[in-house]
Amino acid sequence: MQFSYSDEQAMLLESVERFGAQHFPPGERHRLIREGRSGEEAAWAAMAELGWLLLPIPEDAGGLGGGIADLMALGEGFGRHLVPGPYVASCVLAPALLAHGGEALHPLIGELGAGTSIAAAALLEPDAGYDLHHIATIATLAGDTWTLTGTKCHVEDGGDADWFIIPARTGGTGARDPEGISLFLVAADTPGLAVERFRAIDGHRHARLTLEKVAARPFGAQGSALALIEAAVARALCVQLAEAVGSMEAVSDITLEYLRTREQFGRPIGSFQVLQHRMVDMRIACEEARAMLCHIAIASAEGEAAFQRAIAAAKVRIGECGVYVGQQAVQLHGGVGFSDELIVSHHLKRQMMLAIAHGSIDHHRARFAA
Amino acid sequence: MHFTLDPADIAFREEVREFFATGIPPEWRTRVRAGLRLNPEELTAYQKRLAAKGWGAPTWPAEYGGPGWSPIQQYIFWSEAAAADAPAQFHQGLELIGPIIFTYGSPEQKAHYLPRIINADDWWCQGYSEPNAGSDLASLRTRAVRDGDHYVLNGQKAWTSYGHVASHCFVLARTSDEAKRQQGISLLLVDMKTPGITIRPVATMDEKHHTNEMFLDDVRVPVTALVGEEGRGWEYGKVLLDRERMVTASVAVFLTQTIRAIREAATRRTIGGVALIDKPGFRAKLAQYEIEVIALQTMVLRVMADASAGVDSGPLGSMIKLRWSQLSQAGTALWVGALGPEAAHFASVDQGARLPEDMPYAMQGALYARVTSIYGGSSEIQHNIIAQRALGLKG
Repeated sequence: MQFSYSDEQAMLLESVERFGAQHFPPGERHRLIREGRSGEEAAWAAMAELGWLLLPIPEDAGGLGGGIADLMALGEGFGRHLVPGPYVASCVLAPALLAHGGEALHPLIGELGAGTSIAAAALLEPDAGYDLHHIATIATLAGDTWTLTGTKCHVEDGGDADWFIIPARTGGTGARDPEGISLFLVAADTPGLAVERFRAIDGHRHARLTLEKVAARPFGAQGSALALIEAAVARALCVQLAEAVGSMEAVSDITLEYLRTREQFGRPIGSFQVLQHRMVDMRIACEEARAMLCHIAIASAEGEAAFQRAIAAAKVRIGECGVYVGQQAVQLHGGVGFSDELIVSHHLKRQMMLAIAHGSIDHHRARFAA
Repeated sequence: MHFTLDPADIAFREEVREFFATGIPPEWRTRVRAGLRLNPEELTAYQKRLAAKGWGAPTWPAEYGGPGWSPIQQYIFWSEAAAADAPAQFHQGLELIGPIIFTYGSPEQKAHYLPRIINADDWWCQGYSEPNAGSDLASLRTRAVRDGDHYVLNGQKAWTSYGHVASHCFVLARTSDEAKRQQGISLLLVDMKTPGITIRPVATMDEKHHTNEMFLDDVRVPVTALVGEEGRGWEYGKVLLDRERMVTASVAVFLTQTIRAIREAATRRTIGGVALIDKPGFRAKLAQYEIEVIALQTMVLRVMADASAGVDSGPLGSMIKLRWSQLSQAGTALWVGALGPEAAHFASVDQGARLPEDMPYAMQGALYARVTSIYGGSSEIQHNIIAQRALGLKG
């Protein structure tokens, strides 16, 4: 049993760290958020060059078939430097779903792995909360053409997508039946599809979709997509949870350094016991969060149910710890922590968004309790 | 990262599971789950059973009578013990003085005391704290004055847990006055039958007699009772800091017992015909608790894996102590909450008045849990230790 990364994973983390420091220095943060996707494109191409976009893609779909720990190493590096962009949506979640579509979809997966196309899965609907099985969007077959009608209220990182993967109902009774959900692929410019884009506080760009008889291409086994969606989301969450851990450790390092150097009342503020103890609590939160990553890795060897339960547990604890560390980092920095200029507040904003991505803390606590 | 157990560890787990399948009386269950110590006779019988199997001192090296288990095997042992509602072993001999004796003791001390600790022939208590030396232990004032072949001890000790049961006490006493308070302190092994020792019980908020004050009046102990060298007793305590993680690690594993107790209590109790365990509000609270226990146990597992690999875990030991005490408090509180209004029935007044199930132990456990964040280095001291040693923040 070994809790540290393998040599290869450690090297990957190290190169992601170098990459993050080079392409996404804190001073560039504002320009980056202003420019949106165009500001990320050079880095995206570099990531494609390094093979990172291919890493999560299954080997039989032409990818590198990275395991959970590989993805975590990558995510941790992203988190330390707040690397922006739709990596998880387009390179982890979308390929995990598209891989069920057989060889016909390999060219598209190849484009995602090469960074020439972006895809996102449109999983959440109005009135669904974060429940993946709540699908009211209806798929109708007329002749040999499927069309979709419905609303997807939030598509994580869907703001730059060229393709949307859309679960829709082909059977079952009512919007909340776990059976009868099928997967469809829709190009962003398909007639009848309205895409509304939004920017979040962390610079990520999301979308809302309204579908009115949108022609769509079905893939995967009809009517039994829920398990595939849950598995793909869990894999995506491995990266996001590691990202949260990387971010909270980074901002806790920054805060510790600040406590050592910032002077008030004629001495470093890190000499005050109340701040020392707060800093210790932040470190404990980081350790708990890291432990939850390890728990996921342990559980992944014990079957899908144990893995899903571990993901839910980790979403709860890492979400809580991440937001706590971010909030306290802002607090311990005082006024400058509140300013937009320091990277500190950007870590908090990312933590807040990660805590609700693919299910809030409350949602996952209820899943764990079920 | 590599997280699967080796085949040898899996076989070991089966052996331990089989051992615990029998020999754990059901009447221990509620107290064990409440984190309360069993009676000395029960703990002694349990310890002797482990010793007969060769498992009396799980964390000790083989040369001193331990089983020579890897840290991961120790973790497996504790997990299985916890799953079977077996108690945690009494730690003062096994984890506090035993390791000091095998590290710094004389050959005679090792040969005499170590087997007796493993076999529960002796019961050790700790004579460290004093009325004016709690978290600031180095300010202790008990004196040991050399007189021929003896030391003469005078002073007062506080919080001498199980002093009323113990056959022996390891005492820190000042043998000289030095500029640095930590110097001039010696460690002595004292037979509790020695004349001049008076034990007075201290009533505690949980209404359970476990601790005492101890008065030492002209207590004469032979110089052979000195551990290591005179004046270096403080340093010997440091070996415990390295081993402390094992103690907190082991008790943290036992938190799963409290989870079972909460779940069973909440399953029994119904409100309006619905079991408490089926109410979403309670389920969410219990889920939160279980998740925090998972985080702590995975931290423990990491410490054990690090120890197996010879990697320094840094401040994780202190972090585990801190979080464990918080979770033992939260868990027992949740349990008491699950008992509802009858949690107010702590003791029978009328003969034949039947206490509700789990009482008084659940409540006693909740009260006892308050001291877990005070003893063994209070939570505030743990914060200081982490801030200073791991984060390099100076006062």
